[in-house]
Formats: sequence, C-alpha cells, structure tokens
Amino acid sequence: MRSRLRPNAALVIGGILTALLIGTALLSLVWTPEPPTRVRIAMRLKAPLDVGLLGTDHFGRDVASMLMAGAWNSLAIAWPAVLLGAAIGTAIGCAAAAWKGLADEIAMRVSDVVFAFPAVLSAIMIGALLGSGPLAAILAIAVFNIPVFARVTRGVALQVWTLDYIAAARALGKPPLRITLEDVIPNIAGALIVQVTIQLALAILTEAGLSYLGLGVRPPNPSWGRMLSDAQTYLSQAPHLAIAPGLAIALSVLGLNLLGDGLRDAIDPTLRSRSASA
Amino acid sequence: MSKRLLAAALIVSASFGPALAAKTSLVVGMPIEPPGLDPTIAAPVAIREVTWANLYEGLVRIDRNGKVQPLLAKRWDISPDGLTYTFHLQTGVKFHDGSAFDSADVKFAFDRARAPNSTNAQKQIFAPIDSIETPDPATVVIKLKETSGNFLYYLGWGDAVIIAPETAENNKANPVGTGPFKFKSWTRGDRVELVRNPDYWQPDKTKLETVTFRFINDPQAQVAALRAGDVDAFPNIGAPELFSELKKDPRFTAVAGNTEGEVVAGMNNAKKPFNDVRVRRALMHAVDRKALVEGAYSGYGQPIGSFFSPNHPAFVDMTGVIPYDQEKAKALLAEAGYGNGLSITIKTPQMAYASRSAELLAAMFAEVGIDMKIIPTEFPAKWIEEVFKNKDYDVTIVAHTEPLDIDIFARDNYYFNYKNDRFKALIADAGRTTSENARFAKYAEAQKILAEDVPALFLFQLPKLGVWNAKLSGLWENSPVPANDVTEVSWSD
Repeated sequence: MRSRLRPNAALVIGGILTALLIGTALLSLVWTPEPPTRVRIAMRLKAPLDVGLLGTDHFGRDVASMLMAGAWNSLAIAWPAVLLGAAIGTAIGCAAAAWKGLADEIAMRVSDVVFAFPAVLSAIMIGALLGSGPLAAILAIAVFNIPVFARVTRGVALQVWTLDYIAAARALGKPPLRITLEDVIPNIAGALIVQVTIQLALAILTEAGLSYLGLGVRPPNPSWGRMLSDAQTYLSQAPHLAIAPGLAIALSVLGLNLLGDGLRDAIDPTLRSRSASA
Repeated sequence: MSKRLLAAALIVSASFGPALAAKTSLVVGMPIEPPGLDPTIAAPVAIREVTWANLYEGLVRIDRNGKVQPLLAKRWDISPDGLTYTFHLQTGVKFHDGSAFDSADVKFAFDRARAPNSTNAQKQIFAPIDSIETPDPATVVIKLKETSGNFLYYLGWGDAVIIAPETAENNKANPVGTGPFKFKSWTRGDRVELVRNPDYWQPDKTKLETVTFRFINDPQAQVAALRAGDVDAFPNIGAPELFSELKKDPRFTAVAGNTEGEVVAGMNNAKKPFNDVRVRRALMHAVDRKALVEGAYSGYGQPIGSFFSPNHPAFVDMTGVIPYDQEKAKALLAEAGYGNGLSITIKTPQMAYASRSAELLAAMFAEVGIDMKIIPTEFPAKWIEEVFKNKDYDVTIVAHTEPLDIDIFARDNYYFNYKNDRFKALIADAGRTTSENARFAKYAEAQKILAEDVPALFLFQLPKLGVWNAKLSGLWENSPVPANDVTEVSWSD
C-alpha cells in the first residue's frame, strides 16, 4: 500500500509544479505585469512588494515579469533540445537492439565517447563553432541527450526483442524495421516518456548554466541563468535578485523530477525496481 | 621529534617574520590580461598598466598629476623655432640584461617605432620627427619637420619607451627595459611577476622587492580576492555597486578618481545606415546618459558629449549639443527613412561596463523604434580582430583610455571609418600649435565638430575606483595615463 501511495504523491506534486511552470511560460507570451525588458533606472534595486511582486533588478526591470518570460525562454530551449536528442537517441538505440553485433558495439562506444563530455563543455565547443546563442544551446543540450536516450532505448528494446510474439513475428519473416516500428516502440514508449521528463529537468538546469556563462539566451531576453549571474554582484544589496531565479530553477527541476518518478511508477512499476538496482 | 621542532620553528619564524620589517611584496589586480608585454608594438592599455614606469622608461615620464617630468633625459633644450629638441641623457643607466643605455638606443627605439612597417599604436607621436642625431652617447638631437605642441608630452607615453636593439624582438614575451623592476615570469591567464632591479640607476627609488600583477576579470571575484588578501590593490575595481561598501570597510582605502577613458559606442560610419548623420544623431538623442551612468556604473562617471577627458584643461562640456530627446530621435529616424523601425547589432566586449551599457542602450533604442541585438565578443583578442582590424560591425562599445586621443577620429582607416577632412585639418593644425591657448581653442572647436557629427555615441567618462589595503601608500588616485606605476608604493608596517 505504502509503495503505491508515494509515487502518487510524487505524480501529483510533480504534476502541479510542472503545470505551473508550463502555465507561467505560456501566460508570459500574452501577459506579464510589466514588459520584462523595460528599463526603469529610477526604480533600480527595489525590494519585493516595494515595486512589483518580486522587486526590480539593477536596471529597474520587474523581476516577476523577467521570471515569467525566463520560464518561456528556458522551456523554449529545453523542449526542442530534449526532443531532438530523444529522436536521434531512440533511433540509434532501436537500431542497436534490432541488429545487434557490430552496429550495436559501434553505437554504444560512440555513445560512451559523447557521454564523456559534460554538456557545458560540448556547449562551449558548439558555441565556438556556431557562435553563442539559443541555437548553440539547443544543439549542445541535444548532443548531450543522444547517448542517454540511446542507452535507455537499447536496454528496454533488447528486452522487448526477447518476447515470444516478436520471436514469432521474426519466424514469419517480418523485417526488423517493421518489428521495431510496430511492436518495439509502442512497448517502450512509457520508459521514453519518463526519460524525457527527467531529461527536461536536466536540460533546464543546463540551459541556466549556459546562460549564466553567457552562452544561452541572448540579452536582453530574460533568462534564469543570466538573472543569477547578474545578481551576483548585488548579492549583499539585493539578495532577492538571486533568490527568485534560484527558487524558480530549483522548483522546476524538482517538479519535473517528481513527475518523472511518479510517471515511471504509474506506467510501469517494474521499471522502478530495475532502475534502482542498476 | 626533531621534525616537530623544525615545524614549530618554521611556524614561529613565519608568524613573526612580517612583524620585523615592512612587507615588500605587492599583488596588484587587473581585470584584463595584456596580450604581450611590449607597449611599443600594440595598443591594449593592459600592456602599459603592467609595464609602463615599472619595466620600461622613456626619455620623459608623465607624473601622477599628468605633468611631464624628466626621466632617462635629465634635461632638454628646445630651439627658439621649436624644431630642434636636444636631450641630455642620464649616464650609468643599464638595461635589465646588463647592457648600457645610450643615445643609440633612443635612436633605435624611435626609428623602429616610426618605420613604415612598425605596428606602434601611436605613430602620430613620431610623425613630426625629421631626423634623429646622436653626437655623443649622452646626447640626442631630434629635428622636427614641423612644430609639435604635444611632442614632449607624447614622449612620456608607453609607446615611446626606450628599448635596446639586442632585445627588442623578444620584448613581447620577455621584456627588457631600464625600469626599477625586472621581468621574472608570466603565467598565462593568471599573473605576471616582476622583481626589483638591483642595478637600477636610482638605487633607493623603490621599496618593493616583488610585484605581481594578477588578472581577475569577474568583479565579484575581484572583491573576494581583495577581502581574502589574495590581492593587495585593485587600481580600478570592476564592481562599482560594491564600491560604496568597500569604502566603509576600514581595512581598505577606496578612492574614486578619474581615468582618461571615454566610454563610446563606436559606429561603423562607412556602413549603412550609420553613413547618414541623421541616424547617428537620432541614436545620440535616444540616449539618456545620466540613466546610463546610474545603471551601468552605479552613478560614478561623468556624462560626456564629445571625445575629450574632463581632466584636461581644454575640455568643454558638450552634453547639451545633442541632449536626450526621444521625439527628436524619432523625427530624425523618420526623416532618414527609418520611420518604420531599424534593426542593428552591437558587438559587446565582456567588461561589465560595456555589457551593462549595451543592454541599457538596447532598451533606450527600443523606445524610439530601433531594434538593437547584442552580440557578445571577447576583448581584447576577438574584438581587435573583428572590430578594430576587420571593421566587421554596426555598433560596438569600448572605453578609449589613452589620454588626449581625440585624433583617433582624424586617423585614416581607424575602426570608426569616419572621414571628415575639416576635422582632420583642424587636429593636425592643433598638433602643430605651440601656443597653449591657441592649441586649446582648436581642441575646443574639434570637440564641437565631433559632438555635432556623432561618429560615435559619446556616453561617459570611466571613473577609476581604486581600492587597496589601508596600509599601502603611493598608489595613483587618478590615471592621467594608463598605468599602474608602483615605483613609489610602500607598506606602512
């Protein structure tokens, strides 16, 4: 009983936090309390509730509005990056599971090599090639996601390939590509959705890190990472400038992680024990 | 047992050591690392901030008040027509490699700097020179083609220091001069270390034994380094928002002085739409300089309307020529054909003043219908390559920290791509004028031309927010030339 209650709680809390994140991001497209890039020097470094809900930054911009717009900018990089990484990684993982042998070996060793580079490092390299900006950030996070999805997909797909009805399909001469598309992918979709949720959390964190280093969202578009980096020099005068984006990042990552955990247990309880033992 | 005793003895000697004599080491923090250590071949001020007066010396020097003082030349005579300068040199001066300094070195250094293939950043210093003669090792006679009002003053700059022919080629990485400190080591990306020159020609001039320049770009890290005692002095700290706090801290001396650095947003005058003076004026009208200084530098720094340091006696306040006026900005844009909006980019180096100013400028421009995208770049290497050399930019922003550098707008092929023959003639004329009053009047007129023509957006004068250990004395409060002259620095205990 208890083991079913916890994942549900995770699912609910994670779901609420994630819904809040996505809702805020979408709302920022049509409404924010103030235009998030409007500079008001006369009102710089005001405390929360003094001016606006969360005060103002060193240019007098409304922090609450910047957080809202930052949520959108964060998701606008994290989503495409994870989806791109998931698409390529899943294709590689499925292929490795379907053909095994040399193809499998090559795919997994290449994954190991890519995996060895931290996302920030690959982002700096990609930034040096493409110039810094949102596109470089998306590509960098996507590259980092490919081996993750390749490995997860290969693992669960290999299990599916051992099932009796697939053996039957093979015996009847169904080509591996059709087996993969019609039988394997529907069976591993649950695991992939869970992984997407968890990788989204990581992508948001990485995007904040990249923007902090000046490699992500370009100024003046608000970004949680750059808000944090700007807040640094004002830490003693205006701590709210660091606390607000810091909390936003923490809650978003927590929400997505809880959602991922909750989903995993809800969709396939067997996954929980396996990943715990892995 | 004996090991423990030794350790105890070491601890005792270490803790009592400093009390016996005043400290003789100094760690100076700088935001930017110099690309090399030869001020006679490249422009970046960071080179001068490490080497000038510390490693290298010129015939004359500029003192902390901006006045010309004798150095390697103990005195000089100027002919009545102002065309012949006879310098009488110090004798017994040795370069750091042990070779003797004499008039041949002066001739070599100046001939090298004014050669056609020279990369000296301030060739105008040497342009008036007709010939250099060395009648004896202690005398140099320089004949000019035309009179030069600023000739002696210019010879005090880092670009005119005296170097030896044997070592000149290697000065970039292994500098050899006549100064009170010798080069010891350079750890790239971190520090340059200098040690006292035991053979210096003014034996008791300096009290310090070692001087270390550390390069710390991040303003927060600068303050942390100061508080931790890793750095003894930041001649110009990059965190103006923390300056007032440091001022209250009794451990530090904090002085807000002036630099010669004008922060300007240079425009590519050869490129559309910046070839249209109406667009340039519109951009200037769109800038609220006071708000800019407040937001970018916590209110330190004087707004400027032209390209001249407020420290200079010939300075005229030109901020009223094109004041903050959004309506006029919009009207001028409409007149120039950009009533429906204009999209431009700004290449922004990483310095805090530059990136903050760029963000503020973008916000101010947005209010008059100009969309300015910010493209981060890196100073000095990438910026020099892209903007300064290749002129591949719309707008950029940087502080010009050389003193009396209004003539950069008269230079051919400078990165602004600005061409104004009247201005060019006026600057040349001012340079030839030996009467101070007449020269200053010409500089005033030149300031007015720039204020009206706006080849660059004139924003504010960079303040020098110096913070150093309260026990230190002898550091400069203002910087009339880009320099961290530490020859007179000492510790009080």
